[in-house]
Amino acid sequence: MTVDSSAARKPRRSAAGKAGTTGSKTGTTGSKTGTAGNASGATGTKRTTRAAAKTSAEPQLVQLLTPEGKRVKNAEYDAYVAGVTPEDLRGLYRDMVLTRRFDAEATALQRQGELGLWASLLGQEAAQIGSGRALRDDDYVFPTYREHGVAWCRGVDPTNLLGMFRGVNNGGWDPNSNNFHLYTIVIGSQALHATGYAMGITKDGADSAVIAYFGDGASSQGDVAESFTFSAVYNAPVVFFCQNNQWAISEPTEKQSRVPLYQRAQGFGFPGVRVDGNDVLACLAVTKWALERARSGEGPTLVEAYTYRMGAHTTSDDPSRYRGDDERAAWEAKDPILRLRRYLETSNHADDGFFAELEAESETLGRRVREAVRAMPDPDHFAIFENVYADGHALVDEERAQFAAYQASFADAAEGGR
Amino acid sequence: MAEKMAMAKAINESLRRALEEDPKVLVMGEDVGKLGGVFRVTDGLQKDFGESRVIDTPLAESGIVGTAIGLALRGYRPVVEIQFDGFVFPAYDQIVTQLAKMHARSLGKVKMPVVVRIPYGGGIGAVEHHSESPEALFAHVAGLKVVSPSNASDAYWMMQQAIQSDDPVIYFEPKRRYWDKAEVDAEAIPAPLHKAQVVRAGTDLTLAAYGPMVKLCQEAADAAAEEGKSLEVLDLRSVSPLDFDAIQASVEKTRHLVVVHEAPVFFGSGGEIAARITERCFYHLEAPVLRVGGYHAPYPPARLEEEYLPDLDRVLDAVDRSLAF
Repeated sequence: MTVDSSAARKPRRSAAGKAGTTGSKTGTTGSKTGTAGNASGATGTKRTTRAAAKTSAEPQLVQLLTPEGKRVKNAEYDAYVAGVTPEDLRGLYRDMVLTRRFDAEATALQRQGELGLWASLLGQEAAQIGSGRALRDDDYVFPTYREHGVAWCRGVDPTNLLGMFRGVNNGGWDPNSNNFHLYTIVIGSQALHATGYAMGITKDGADSAVIAYFGDGASSQGDVAESFTFSAVYNAPVVFFCQNNQWAISEPTEKQSRVPLYQRAQGFGFPGVRVDGNDVLACLAVTKWALERARSGEGPTLVEAYTYRMGAHTTSDDPSRYRGDDERAAWEAKDPILRLRRYLETSNHADDGFFAELEAESETLGRRVREAVRAMPDPDHFAIFENVYADGHALVDEERAQFAAYQASFADAAEGGR
Repeated sequence: MAEKMAMAKAINESLRRALEEDPKVLVMGEDVGKLGGVFRVTDGLQKDFGESRVIDTPLAESGIVGTAIGLALRGYRPVVEIQFDGFVFPAYDQIVTQLAKMHARSLGKVKMPVVVRIPYGGGIGAVEHHSESPEALFAHVAGLKVVSPSNASDAYWMMQQAIQSDDPVIYFEPKRRYWDKAEVDAEAIPAPLHKAQVVRAGTDLTLAAYGPMVKLCQEAADAAAEEGKSLEVLDLRSVSPLDFDAIQASVEKTRHLVVVHEAPVFFGSGGEIAARITERCFYHLEAPVLRVGGYHAPYPPARLEEEYLPDLDRVLDAVDRSLAF
């Protein structure tokens, strides 16, 4: 599944593919493809590319579990999950269920006014848990703002993620306690930080690896392209994990790329692979493979986890303005949690007791998150001036003093009034 | 112990010392390795410290600063070179959005000891984008510190201090002064990084400047002295933070202030100095604070730069106008 020169070079939505999603998608994107066609009509080269593409096959996904929950063999990647026990599978299932429950609670808390905003990961649980559980403790994660499942895998207390969405801080956890960097909102910037960190690992002679998360939208950012260049040139031990959830707010992936995203790696000189992002086992296997490459000095890898953002971009978004329900319904049939449950049930790896217990654990988590958020105090006013500089700054000191005097003037007035 | 050397050499020696003393210090940028940088500031460093510590990077400024941030997160202290002032803007996002804010976003858990070296300013007859003075665009950003030495000795010591700083420091090197020589004493006790220095005492008017304009102000003070005017010259050295206490002390004595920089006057550091000194010294001032600097126009082609840049006569003209109030 690595890139080779004969790989398809055409917009992924213009033909039925293994993803099995294209029925509704092709319908949705018919007019968009037409637009792209007009644009590309300007040059003969592009027409040639498009015509040639018709003879090639749609890129295949690495898939180990079908949407129906059937385990399928894969000669290349089976080895990377050979050691996965039934207990591990139940663990992956538990991770996904709890992450989804946490996510749903956060969405509800936003609706109740407890959070200013929430970016839901609904639908992307397998991509995040599969890749997150492939990591070692000494590996380092550079997330976007939607990696709640990866944070869970790293042992970051989920309530820590909510501070910035409630508006009490702009990050707020120590990245080095869990090797999980702060959420990055400006799209794609963290890919360069990940690359630099990975360059540092090489200089230290360590065998840790770095994973950089980003999305289909970020793939258009110059910083992502530059991180591909730097990591390739320095052979940095970094895995670029692109969750292609099909939508960058309202823009479908064909507004970002003419080629399947994983094929971008080819031009930079490292392998790219597309994995079924709703298949937790496949995501685990492919990420482990990519991390092993990094550890053994083979450099960067691009993993495109082909998945779907089931919810809105954030709680401020209204997807009904740009996409249809039929598309979501098609993806619901491939739900990451559902397919692992089917597999656990048919293979007798989990009983009713397990599912009931997990249900109870989910509710406990939801309650804990709710209570923690409601109890989260507003920051002290003077937090504005804290940590602006590590070594201090005369202007910050001066303005803090002015602010204090200003605040104190109200206190005096209030006392005088009584 | 002191040795006379050009500013470019002084920075080179300072980088060399930092590389020797701290294995976490890295030098990175375009052409900083074998070539030694287009101004030879990093000459010989890669030969002596290897490609792993003196790193020729791909030609991508955002990538240079972005990976430096990652290296800092890993515990390194990168000193990155942006080849010319006008090339910094592809990296502006990483500097403003990431580098400047990381410490605050992590509630103080993460430190960003990154130095961004930028050869800046005009006067060398360069082509477009090679003569700009964008310091105000960085001083405006909380989380960054901005300094600019005016002489070889300061260049040496301020680089040492910038590398030791746990905050990101934008280090503007006045490229037209790269070849000016001065005594550098590598065993001296340096002044604090962000303190201004009186480089010439006077009683009638204060000229405040940094980087390339300090020398010009000293020349202006010489010329004014011939006309019987005693000018004090203040080398600000640091643009963020600005040493307002030092400016205030000088202005309370001279009651006149002229700020000189190459950067455009509009929204420049001179405007900020004028506003704050007016607040602090309202009853001491006998004239409004005047500014001498670039115009609100793109940096002109080289054959016009003499008209654009502050020169002796423009500074003296401002001195006359101030003293005429």
